[in-house]
Amino acid sequence: MTNNYLKLQFYSLPQNQAFARDAVAAFCVQSNPSLSTLSDIKTAVSEAVTNCTVHAYGPDVGIITIECDICGDVLHISVTDAGRGIDDVERAVKPFYTTLPGDERSGMGFTIMQTFMDDFSVSSKKGEGTVVSMTKQLAAEVENV
Amino acid sequence: MKIQTARSGSRLVIKLCGEMDEYSAAQVRTACDDIIDRNKTAGSIVIDLADVAFMDSTGIGFLIGRYKKAGKMGIKLAVQSPNFAADKVLSLAGIYTLIPKVN
Repeated sequence: MTNNYLKLQFYSLPQNQAFARDAVAAFCVQSNPSLSTLSDIKTAVSEAVTNCTVHAYGPDVGIITIECDICGDVLHISVTDAGRGIDDVERAVKPFYTTLPGDERSGMGFTIMQTFMDDFSVSSKKGEGTVVSMTKQLAAEVENV
Repeated sequence: MKIQTARSGSRLVIKLCGEMDEYSAAQVRTACDDIIDRNKTAGSIVIDLADVAFMDSTGIGFLIGRYKKAGKMGIKLAVQSPNFAADKVLSLAGIYTLIPKVN
């Protein structure tokens, strides 16, 4: 399988969330993933981009960078912002933890990324930004019907 | 997102169509709350997710918000027909222990 690379940069505007997840999904289609794999990737990307919009930049507008690397049948994806950073990553990735409980936030974003992708890591520095890295096997699987 | 409603006796069905994410949620929240406020006599509300093509964790917050609102008014809330992707998100969060999935 040919290796391939994609880099997307866009403003942290909420209306770009659908664009970002659909663009990544369209890039992955060439590897013929199952529908459930594609759906997992879209959801994880949506969560990562939403975090950049809501938490990293808040009311400000900044740049979100998504890089996708397809190596063989494995997708490596990173979502990077240059926003405020996460104070306590260990706490932030816990299920149902949210810094904005009044906004009907579920606090499940990182848990979904972690569960839906094969590998997941967060690296963040206060005042400098956050990088979320994720990996997903793209090989077609037998679907559970 | 588009929203359709159907009332049959004390049962109100709110059908959502489109993609639910951070961007679309605010409008859907307001519209659903307006619908709930106009149906105070409803005994139960079913959120129909059959035509929700995409839903991330925003959907969890949305459903819990409507569950709380309906609960304060003495109205039961349920969901029906989530696609496999939305079902995975909602199952992971344990939503169905609060808001049952009905057929």
